[in-house]
Amino acid sequence: MWTMVEAINQALAEALEADESVVVFGEDVGRLGGVFRVTDGLRERFGARRCFDTPLAESGIVGIAIGLALRGFRPVPEIQFDAFTYPAFEQIASHLAKYRTRTQGEVTLPITLRVPSFGGVGAPEHHSESPETYFVHTAGLKVVAPSNAADAYSLLRQAIELDDPVIFLEPKCRYRQRTPRSGPAASIGQAIVRRRGRDVTVVAYGPAVSTALATADVAAADCGWEVEVIDLCSLAPLDLESITASVERTGRCVVVHEAPRTLGLGAEIAAVVQEHAFLRLRSPVLRATGFDTPYPPAQAEAAWLPDVERVLGCIERTMSY
Amino acid sequence: MTSTSVMAPPVLHVIGPEDVRATECPVELDLPDDQLVTLYETMVVTRLLDQELINLQRQGELALYPSCRGQEAAQVGSVLALSPDDWVFPQYRELGVFVGRGIDPLGVALMWRGVVHGGVGLVEHHSAPLAVPIATHAPHAVGMALGAVLAGGRDVSVAYIGDGATSEGDAHEAFNIAAVLATPCIFFVQNNQWAISVPLEEQTRSTSIAAKAVAYGMPGIRCDGNDVLACLAATRRAVEYARSGRGPTLIEAVTYRMEGHTTADDPRRYRSQEEVERWRELDPIARYESFLGRAGLWSDDLAARCHAKGVDAAASLRRGVTTAPLPDPAQVFDLVFAVATPELRRQAAQLVAEQHVRT
Repeated sequence: MWTMVEAINQALAEALEADESVVVFGEDVGRLGGVFRVTDGLRERFGARRCFDTPLAESGIVGIAIGLALRGFRPVPEIQFDAFTYPAFEQIASHLAKYRTRTQGEVTLPITLRVPSFGGVGAPEHHSESPETYFVHTAGLKVVAPSNAADAYSLLRQAIELDDPVIFLEPKCRYRQRTPRSGPAASIGQAIVRRRGRDVTVVAYGPAVSTALATADVAAADCGWEVEVIDLCSLAPLDLESITASVERTGRCVVVHEAPRTLGLGAEIAAVVQEHAFLRLRSPVLRATGFDTPYPPAQAEAAWLPDVERVLGCIERTMSY
Repeated sequence: MTSTSVMAPPVLHVIGPEDVRATECPVELDLPDDQLVTLYETMVVTRLLDQELINLQRQGELALYPSCRGQEAAQVGSVLALSPDDWVFPQYRELGVFVGRGIDPLGVALMWRGVVHGGVGLVEHHSAPLAVPIATHAPHAVGMALGAVLAGGRDVSVAYIGDGATSEGDAHEAFNIAAVLATPCIFFVQNNQWAISVPLEEQTRSTSIAAKAVAYGMPGIRCDGNDVLACLAATRRAVEYARSGRGPTLIEAVTYRMEGHTTADDPRRYRSQEEVERWRELDPIARYESFLGRAGLWSDDLAARCHAKGVDAAASLRRGVTTAPLPDPAQVFDLVFAVATPELRRQAAQLVAEQHVRT
């Protein structure tokens, strides 16, 4: 068993060890080892040229990553919290995502932008956002959100080796959860079926996977329903085949995410499912999500976030449709 | 030294601005004759190409074009101070930089024709693609320069930005990070007095743009941007400073945008013809011709030869622009990722099928 913080730290250390062009930088990642200690010990081990602190400038952090990548480096910058990607949004949307197109395929930017993301840790405002839709909607980015330590390790190693830019969203509420070291090897672009079931497909990613699995236990114990849980791992590209194949078996689909409902991943998944599995559907695709409000204050977040009750409510509605 | 002189550094001139007479050169400029001639030729070719691009736009061959007329000295003087290994990060008005770098101007024109994004054939000449969002390429130059430090290279990076760009957050972040990390980066600001319709005095309360360098802890140089030798000298000084490991320099080249912001702009709505005429008297090419004359290097022959070279380049550019094949609409799918995703392949197939139905 290990924590996601340990897994990511090990992935970064191994990437730094394996490839001299890998550099890790951001706010407080060097001396402090990151506000979540994810980069703990990397500066001591690899030196301040491979792991360094930058001034407090998110747009600049992504900007210098682009310059470094243009020179042949493989940068792994960190943006300290989800909402702090917003000052860097122009660099991400106008340059990081478009550089390959803007150089006629000559320059691909192998940058992995790590972002501690999502809610559930009792943080003050601007520290609990789900920004994934912005990035998934931006052509040219790959977007990854692991749900457990082993996946975080293997997905991060792959992201760093990939030649395309990757936004790597780490569920900070799962940072300290201990999960098994072994499991099915996660791969960018491929969803993983976490639990087999024949009655309803629940699609989740990042922090919502644990919630979906806990709901599946309750549904089995209390109602005798067999819930299939799909962990997307990769939000862009989306593994449409795995989602469709599952819904073709179950005929029912519920999507779970923390992000606000409107135009969240659930909207895309519902569209894809009705397009590819329309005649197999026994009920409408439902969404157990956050609400279309700003993220609430910490004392109210438990009520706001999708929990077992909300997911189970959707499962009951789809089963009794 | 008074605080005023600290805040507004004196303008570096090599060729006198007031009466088009040479003043004493305040910097060492050991230039062989052929390089003095190259500066002239590059400026002349740039101007003729610039005019041809304006013509092409007027004739409907280009969607838009931002002229660099009046800024040839700033662009050519700075870029010819660099080595081929150095990197340039242009905004979008840097035709003189491209010509000085040996980049085929057709690669730039194809962007303004709407055939490609970013330009073609720039990276092989160590130029980043054209950047339309203002100042966002400045941090890229800092990253490249940081890479030189990390990789033990000797090259420097130059970010070309304008006076308006110095109001952007990315310029500030780039200046600051470059100085803190002591990267070999040069910020070459062409202060052409106008950011579309907003004059410099409404862009900043600073006594100069070069003065801003003080607060970042880097040298600021203010040079006569219509004096090609002053721009060369200022850039050389910054290059030497950067190569010696001392970090970035902010150069303010004081110049003037003779044309509108782009071909879509009407500058008569916001500035006077008198102002334009005052700057026309400081025309960088005329001033340099006068200098070359005093140096015994100018002749009708040289002028004719440079003009002919520019005319040939313009004709070749026109041929290239007007015969450029249309882009294949399906190609956009191949450019997104190193390997197209299954969804992109499906969407590409849809577009190809639609094309077949239409043809």
